[in-house]
Amino acid sequence: MEVNRSIEEINEKIRNGQVVVLTAEEVIGAVKENGLAETAAAVDVVTTGTFGPMCSSGVFLNVGHPQPRIKLNEAYLNGVPAYAGIAAVDLYLGAAAIPPTDPANRNYPGEFIYGGGHVIEDLVAGKEVRLDATAYGTDCYPLKKIETSFRLAEINEATLYNPRNAYQNYNVAVNMGPKTIYTYMGILKPGPGNANYSSAGQLSPLFNDPLLKTIGIGTRIFLGGGIGYVAWHGTQHNPAVERTGSGIPKGPAGTLALIGDLKQMQPHWLRGLSYLGYGVTMQVGLGVPIPILNEEIMGYCAVSDDEIFAPVVDYHHSYPNREAGNLGLVSYGELKSGSIILEGKKVPTASLSSYAGAREIAASLKEWIEAGQFTLSEPAAPLPSVEAGIGLNVMPRRNPDEREE
Amino acid sequence: MIKQKIVLRFPPHIVEQPTIYHLIKDFELMVNILRADINPKKEGRLMMELSGSELNYQRAIEWLTEQGLQILNLEQQIIWRSDRCTHCGACTVICPTNALVFDRPEMTVRFEEEKCIVCELCLRACPARAMETLVENAGLSNGK
Ligand code: SF4
Ligand code: SF4
Repeated sequence: MEVNRSIEEINEKIRNGQVVVLTAEEVIGAVKENGLAETAAAVDVVTTGTFGPMCSSGVFLNVGHPQPRIKLNEAYLNGVPAYAGIAAVDLYLGAAAIPPTDPANRNYPGEFIYGGGHVIEDLVAGKEVRLDATAYGTDCYPLKKIETSFRLAEINEATLYNPRNAYQNYNVAVNMGPKTIYTYMGILKPGPGNANYSSAGQLSPLFNDPLLKTIGIGTRIFLGGGIGYVAWHGTQHNPAVERTGSGIPKGPAGTLALIGDLKQMQPHWLRGLSYLGYGVTMQVGLGVPIPILNEEIMGYCAVSDDEIFAPVVDYHHSYPNREAGNLGLVSYGELKSGSIILEGKKVPTASLSSYAGAREIAASLKEWIEAGQFTLSEPAAPLPSVEAGIGLNVMPRRNPDEREE
Repeated sequence: MIKQKIVLRFPPHIVEQPTIYHLIKDFELMVNILRADINPKKEGRLMMELSGSELNYQRAIEWLTEQGLQILNLEQQIIWRSDRCTHCGACTVICPTNALVFDRPEMTVRFEEEKCIVCELCLRACPARAMETLVENAGLSNGK
């Protein structure tokens, strides 16, 4: 019998406590054992997860007006600059922001001990955060300077808004140069001495819905330990890349912009990170439920690490210079085995994204759904996919003083 | 009998003195040097295993302290904060001795303390700062 389920039917089952949920890892074995048709008939939802460093993350804060009022012009949270170029006491704090006092890479490789990601983690952990801000003063907003502290619970809104998360596939970084380099893909030893990757592979949300047939604007998700939503497609969303026969992209492709209320999130799933010689970022835990609307969708969710391939890229020369080409494709099955063979040589692998964390997220989301605490949402609009014809632009380099009117 | 792995930190003015000779000759200790280096600030660091009688060992430690050396018990020096570890695995390709091991298929990281040679590479390589050294907290028998 052909499977044809609606999200409404799935939600009805969630409410009745009859829903059947498997994680994207569990479903691989189920499909192998019972076949696609039978598994699709039996399973309503597949949960995914990923817990990796995601620099393009941050939080909009409304810190509330003091007495008298202020129009923040320059603001620092625990010394980390927050963007104040929006309304009076609204701020945006980016995960990758560093204090102006940080020596950065002047002390190469810089340690980047504390930055935006850490402030967000501290806020979520309920810690008191210091605010130092100045303003030019207006008739309506007279205060020119404030030094104070607050906790997350004491401010108005704190909305996590991450412009680019959940990268669908990513590079495997190696260093073909003569000495150690420090990158957002971690420390890369020459030789190459190691190959670093950053995706949960078979558990990763966008590998389980590679053509974005179920995930859309408004999809309800697990975000930072709380509930969030897909807001838009992410920045650098690039669906039109080369794909395998089953639709899996062979390099970085789709991305998601995510939104959610920081006040109900958990510090365990929003972690400030310090990348030696690179900077500060935040490890974001997120999980997306995939409704098994039909057999085709179940087919996508059954994808395993051996069927997902990532390009090996040299971060010594090719990547920084934006030169095309890679050193070949390797499967996540190989990457997770602990080593890959590169040009005949065995190279140890390491991940930057936590697979154990991804597992835990997929399992939590499964529990929430089974317990009736989390229902699926019908997307308000689809995300641009392969046929949308969008790609990545290269920044033009020309003389800005001679620009046309 | 006692067998203990320790790290000695030498201030620049002691680096050139025959400390090891005294440990062997005056305190009858067996010295097994595991690793030694001198940093650009001319401070020396010597990791070794000492064995001998309990009394001689204690006397030797007192003597070393009087000489102005900092002594750390190796087992205590590097700590893995499992509560902060996200089990990414980034440290496992940096640790030279496989003291940080990745368990498969659990896909989690484990710290095998006895393999750690306190090279401290993991301290800055761990993005979540889950690796710590006790030097900042305590553990030094010579103050600071
Ligand atoms: S790098 Fe740090 S967070 Fe990652 S596994 Fe090692 S100790 Fe844990
Ligand atoms: S100090 Fe060195 S040997 Fe010990 S765990 Fe860290 S990297 Fe490994």
